[in-house]
Amino acid sequence: MKDKKHLSVSAIENGTVIDHIPAKNLFKVISILGLDKIPNQITFGTNLESGKLGRKAIVKIADKYFERDEINRIAIVAPHAKLNIIKDYEVAEKMLVEVPDNITGIVKCVNPKCVTNVEKVTPKFKVIDKKNVSLKCYYCEKITDQEQMEYK
Amino acid sequence: MKNKSLVSINDLSKEEILRVLDTAEDFEKNPRQPVLNGKVVATLFFEPSTRTRLSFESAINQLGGRVIGFSEAANTSVSKGESLKDTIMTVANYSDLIVMRHPIEGSARYASEVSKVPIINAGDGANQHPTQTLLDMFSIRKTQGTLDNLKIVMVGDLKYGRTVHSLLMAMSAFNASFVFIAPKELQMPQEYKLFLKEKGLKFEEYTELAENIKDADIVYMTRVQRERFSDPMEYEKVKNVYVLQNYMLDETKPNMKVLHPLPRVNEIHENVDGNPKAYYFTQALNGVYTRMAIMSLILGLK
Repeated sequence: MKDKKHLSVSAIENGTVIDHIPAKNLFKVISILGLDKIPNQITFGTNLESGKLGRKAIVKIADKYFERDEINRIAIVAPHAKLNIIKDYEVAEKMLVEVPDNITGIVKCVNPKCVTNVEKVTPKFKVIDKKNVSLKCYYCEKITDQEQMEYK
Repeated sequence: MKNKSLVSINDLSKEEILRVLDTAEDFEKNPRQPVLNGKVVATLFFEPSTRTRLSFESAINQLGGRVIGFSEAANTSVSKGESLKDTIMTVANYSDLIVMRHPIEGSARYASEVSKVPIINAGDGANQHPTQTLLDMFSIRKTQGTLDNLKIVMVGDLKYGRTVHSLLMAMSAFNASFVFIAPKELQMPQEYKLFLKEKGLKFEEYTELAENIKDADIVYMTRVQRERFSDPMEYEKVKNVYVLQNYMLDETKPNMKVLHPLPRVNEIHENVDGNPKAYYFTQALNGVYTRMAIMSLILGLK
């Protein structure tokens, strides 16, 4: 029997590992955090087996640490994401994302007659249900639910 | 409220609402107070309106202010593709206060962010129309002597009607109970019923009009619009079901009043107009006093 081939995503010396991202939302996480626009070394794996999520993705960003507010922006697309803060190859800290009270940008308002879909206005929402992620538009006051969400 | 925009009825506290109503009462007693002397108010109506625009303009004129503005977007730079932001930023240079109606929902909130003068929302699509809600509350308090513990029957298009939604939210602070009478297709949305349940307020739902208004303090009628129905047959079936007739008022309470935001089409028969319980034209007059109060409070003149 042949040896099973393992995909090994190399360890990083310093930086952040974001684990438990739903595979289908990997590129949304990359775009929300602007990872496609930074010069850091980044490795990611996707469609990895995960008991919890079915298929998950993982991202490792070298020499990058995130502010709490910054990382919470991905809560909409990856509510169960776990962060490992790596310092000198060791896990220095673990963090869970939290759904923030307010969301700016990222999500489109579901209402086609909302000013954010007509004029050049950045959508803003108040999070009215953190568990099921339900958003109330700051402008038109309509509710956008998880299953209706489209991303900017 | 001084220097603050009025975009949504939800922006006002219970105390602020009562302050508006008290001030409106004062203007009702003495409508010709020159408090807007030297002020310029812009009325920007990107969408047609009779009562809202004219009652605002009447209020401004009676208080000695000056009006600039337009009643349709067609002959303005909007038709050349000017953005709402640019229009508002320009008009804010020419006026002390902007009254605006616009078909896009959330447009008034956005305008209040870009404008250096306060904005009064005179209707943003199907979203909010707070001055209507305030004049409805003024009419309710005036006719009932109180806002507390009233039974309010809402009739007609309860699904899309922004006036009934805003009135429901506002009156929920005063321990009101509600009766919703609407065709199946146009019933009160779930989110409002959940809101009442959370607040512990009673509501009932019916599809029949005549027998369910007998213990009402207020009957709030709205227009059932043909364009709301996906199936034209459905509209034909219900269009004459929700018509209030004079005889239906016979067994109602003596203090009961019929309200309607107007325009009506046929949902209140003209034989109701002469009944002392018909209040909708006085309600439209109350709009002038209420708008006087709102403008004076925002400009800090009261």
